[in-house]
Amino acid sequence: MTSPNPLDVREATAARQGSDRAASAMSPVVVEARRLSLVYSTADKPVTALSEVDLTIARGDFVSLIGPSGCGKTTLLRVIADLERPTSGQIAIEGMTPEQARLRRLYGYVFQAPALYPWRTVERNVMLPLEIMGIARAERQARAREQLERVGLVGFERKFPWQLSGGMQQRVSIARALALQPDLLLMDEPFGALDEITRDHLNLHLTQLWRATGKTCVFVTHSIAEAVFLSTRIVVMSPRPGRILDVIDCDSLPRERTLDIRESPEFAAIAHRVREGLKEGHSYDD
Amino acid sequence: MSDVTTNPYRTSLRTAADWGLVAVALPALAALALPLGVRNGAMLGWLGGTMAPLFLIGAVLAVVIGRSAPKRVWGAWVELAGVALAWLLPVHLLNEGLDLSAGWGVWLFLLAATLLLWRVMGVLAGVPGWTRSVIVPGLFGLGLLVGWEVLVRGFQVPAILLPPPSRIAAALAANAPVLWDDFRQTVLTSVLRGYVMGCGAGFLVAILADRVPFLARGLLPLGNLASAIPVVGIAPIMVMWFGFDWQSKAAVIVVMTFFPMLINTLAGLGNSERIQLDLMRSYAAGYGRTLVKLRLPNALPFLFNGLKINSTLALIGAIVAEFFGTPVVGMGFRISTEVARMNLDIVWATIAVAALTGSGLYGVLAVLERVTTAWHPSMRQR
Repeated sequence: MTSPNPLDVREATAARQGSDRAASAMSPVVVEARRLSLVYSTADKPVTALSEVDLTIARGDFVSLIGPSGCGKTTLLRVIADLERPTSGQIAIEGMTPEQARLRRLYGYVFQAPALYPWRTVERNVMLPLEIMGIARAERQARAREQLERVGLVGFERKFPWQLSGGMQQRVSIARALALQPDLLLMDEPFGALDEITRDHLNLHLTQLWRATGKTCVFVTHSIAEAVFLSTRIVVMSPRPGRILDVIDCDSLPRERTLDIRESPEFAAIAHRVREGLKEGHSYDD
Repeated sequence: MSDVTTNPYRTSLRTAADWGLVAVALPALAALALPLGVRNGAMLGWLGGTMAPLFLIGAVLAVVIGRSAPKRVWGAWVELAGVALAWLLPVHLLNEGLDLSAGWGVWLFLLAATLLLWRVMGVLAGVPGWTRSVIVPGLFGLGLLVGWEVLVRGFQVPAILLPPPSRIAAALAANAPVLWDDFRQTVLTSVLRGYVMGCGAGFLVAILADRVPFLARGLLPLGNLASAIPVVGIAPIMVMWFGFDWQSKAAVIVVMTFFPMLINTLAGLGNSERIQLDLMRSYAAGYGRTLVKLRLPNALPFLFNGLKINSTLALIGAIVAEFFGTPVVGMGFRISTEVARMNLDIVWATIAVAALTGSGLYGVLAVLERVTTAWHPSMRQR
């Protein structure tokens, strides 16, 4: 379909995707979704989780998906990760189908809950994806050490997950996703269950980590402050059916961020636009 | 009265009077007025020429010293010595040739000693480490054995109904070679082989049924059916099919243990959370890796549950099956033949061996479980 998409400035790039991996690895587009829909068949009537979603995510971007519960933001992330299959439309990850991308382990996924295995120590939890990839033991240990250092958990290698606080557990799960060394990091409300103080701390940590590694991040949240603080672009979504209402660029904020920018007028302006967008979404069904 | 500061919930009345000690003292005082037993047709009191007063003085001294000990735990150990002394009194009197069945003084005295033991156990159960985990249950078991011994001998229960533990122990020692042969035949040959085959088959079929859903749907109703069959029903059939030796016993055990293992393994395999499975999927882990790295570790508590249930089932199955035909050795064979010959002591000795074996198997599994599932919420110690 040729429906015009004002967000997409890379039509040409998209067109030549899917040729071969070396070429697409150079491509500035990481995720490309066109008219993506997903309908769940339930007992009484089908539920439309995603409706005609168009989205382009560029390399190095930090994109937040924000919206109320049931707007399909988690579903969209799960479709990117090949944890759900769309019912119609196209989606390409680095020019490949999501399944190919998953089988090549191109992304790291951070879930809502830490999902650590209680019978493994912190270190062995981080090494789990590396074991599955068949990486040698010495290399596994080196990488686990590096990532635990990155999330500030040196000295906790031999602890079990249930001996750590909730915030520390979620940091372990981020280290585990980073240990795969993916270019794409998918995060589904990773800090949703944490208190605000821990959350602020981890947000700061995450934005520094993102800047240091240059990874592309897709981040699901329902906190406006969190979305504006972290993102280069914010995708505002609305429920019933799940669709994209607005995509907001955060170019007015610097890439290097401290918690202080939350007091700036630019921050307030973007937060205001997000809030307006969310309000618009609600006016449809009330 | 340092208890007032350490325990603010104690009422003033309770600190003023130790009602527990009063409860111990009342039956003890009543016991002093009652006779100890009958010897040569004559009632004997506390001062009837036996050593009974020495036991009484020793027990009272132990309580007094225990009460004034600087630490409650030390006091509890001294009081425990008093309890032991009190329970030795009826043993002494029986050796002196007294008939205790009408000696209410002894029984009331023992009631007081039991109440004292209750207090001592309460204190010792609060001491962490070996005292709580080994000594307290050990004392409990020892107390039951001594109570059994004294009551059976004191009231002259016929040995054919219930022999005292000392007599069972003597039978155990006297018949050790025979009992060892029975143990080897029943436990080391039939039970272990049948158990490994039954549990192994249940586990493997569960993995298969997990992979092929219609197998699970078809097998589970059959499992209910099979577990409803009484052992005494299948045992003679298995003896006809597989002969008198261990094979028929193992077959009975396989029938009894297969389905508990199957059901527990299937439940365990279904125990992984969606989010953990999604994680493995995101790593492009296939069925086998997901099974080994995630689902089997998650299933461990269920697997041990099945293994523990089956350890007792296997022993019961083998012993009952031996009633229906066996070479002239085995625990079930021993019980059935010695009952017919009214040699109840050997029957009880065999029962003791069976009980110890069952507890031993269960204990080994419990230790293994503790080692391999220390991470599970039910086992965690920070």
